[in-house]
Amino acid sequence: MAEAHNIVRVAGVARTFTMGTQVVQALRGVDLTIKAGEYLSIMGPSGSGKSTLFNMIGGLDKPSSGKVFIDEVDIAQLDAYELAWLRNRKIGYIFQTFNLIQVMTALENVTLPMTFAGASQDEATEKGLELLGLVGLRERHAHRPQELSGGQQQRVAIARSLANTPAIILADEPTGNLDLTTGEEIITLLKRLSSERGVTVISATHDYKMLNVSDRVVWIRDGRIDKIEERSELDITVGGIGAREA
Amino acid sequence: MSQAEGASSNQTGKSARIARQVVLPFGKSLEISIKSIKVRFFRSMITVASLVLAVAFLSFILTGANVAAGLLRSGEPQLRLALVEAGYDLPSLPPPGVAPQDEAGKLSASPKERWIVILSLLVCTVGIVNAQLMAVTERFREIGTMKCLGALDRFILRLFLLEAGMQGLVGAFIGAILGVVVGLLVGLVRFGLAAAANLSPLDVLATLGISVAVGAGLSLLGVVYPAAVAARMRPIEAMRAQE
Repeated sequence: MAEAHNIVRVAGVARTFTMGTQVVQALRGVDLTIKAGEYLSIMGPSGSGKSTLFNMIGGLDKPSSGKVFIDEVDIAQLDAYELAWLRNRKIGYIFQTFNLIQVMTALENVTLPMTFAGASQDEATEKGLELLGLVGLRERHAHRPQELSGGQQQRVAIARSLANTPAIILADEPTGNLDLTTGEEIITLLKRLSSERGVTVISATHDYKMLNVSDRVVWIRDGRIDKIEERSELDITVGGIGAREA
Repeated sequence: MSQAEGASSNQTGKSARIARQVVLPFGKSLEISIKSIKVRFFRSMITVASLVLAVAFLSFILTGANVAAGLLRSGEPQLRLALVEAGYDLPSLPPPGVAPQDEAGKLSASPKERWIVILSLLVCTVGIVNAQLMAVTERFREIGTMKCLGALDRFILRLFLLEAGMQGLVGAFIGAILGVVVGLLVGLVRFGLAAAANLSPLDVLATLGISVAVGAGLSLLGVVYPAAVAARMRPIEAMRAQE
């Protein structure tokens, strides 16, 4: 039952930006349904509308026309308070630049969303340590972000994104600022969390390493969905891309 | 409690509006603001420095007036003469029918001094606005991230107001003490021990109180606009802001 459930539904979404006198069409009508528990990658060159679509799904931006439903709730209908609640409970964000809060320790970063959600200090600390343990950083909980490597910071960010057991994790170029090996570790970790916890992972990425773990890949070009590939079709395509790139 | 109940009942009906509970307890806000000040201690010091100077100047001028009032109230003719010599606008003999108390009450800073004080406080407020706007720009990513984690506008507003309030209180207090001490020293140099002997402690307390209140008030006033800018920021900026 839970698997059949649509966690995100994008219906005919278009988005235009006005830049000075020019009107830029970032998205020209996108339809997409994402099932709960899926690991989905959104691929596309920069300027393709990939980030715009991604931000819509995350409730960070509203469409010019069309609708975005998260858990069958039209996000355009939500007021500021409800959007904050959605960001707090339903969605976990992972950023390319990690975006840990510099003045807080790893543990405090992880517990902040729980504090917003009304958890008590003890509850939050206990769960925060557990989540840090899950990403292998329990013993570094008292360190500030500057004292952690890029990969470690991203792992703290992953722990933070899980703080309120969200239904969706949105990862914006999660490996973009990491070296090859660390990037792979992060991808493996995301995949593991997605399959163990049944979290929907949606990532916008250029990173072909992501393809191997994705259930589906959505290719965006010129503000439209170019193609959607299922996991079974992927292996062949990856080879093809590799050959083309080389 | 009703909110929590609302949450559970709403989750069953999917199309129902999303339940509302996003909080940031006051104690936690205070903790975060103190941490921010501590980490950016040097920056905070610079923001506070201008406030310290302006408030010190205010309390220095007020203390000068306190000293003069004390001397006048003593009713001794040679102290009165000393005040006249020091440039206070007084007749050299007490006017008949006016009690020294009343006369002392009217004895305040000269209009010129008053204008300089007001100007320095204004300049200081503009300085605070500038420093806080820079702080907001510097912290764009942090603010955006907090909003992505579910922070409401008013959490951000509160954090900035708390920080400014604390900086304001500390800065104003230091400035007020500094002004009183220097004002007293100058009084001692000009009028000798009589300046301290006739000084009313109540006046000094009032001076301290006024100075701290003005300083803290200005600090808060200076942060209102920057904090509103920060609070209104859209969470999407957290994604956009690169190194």
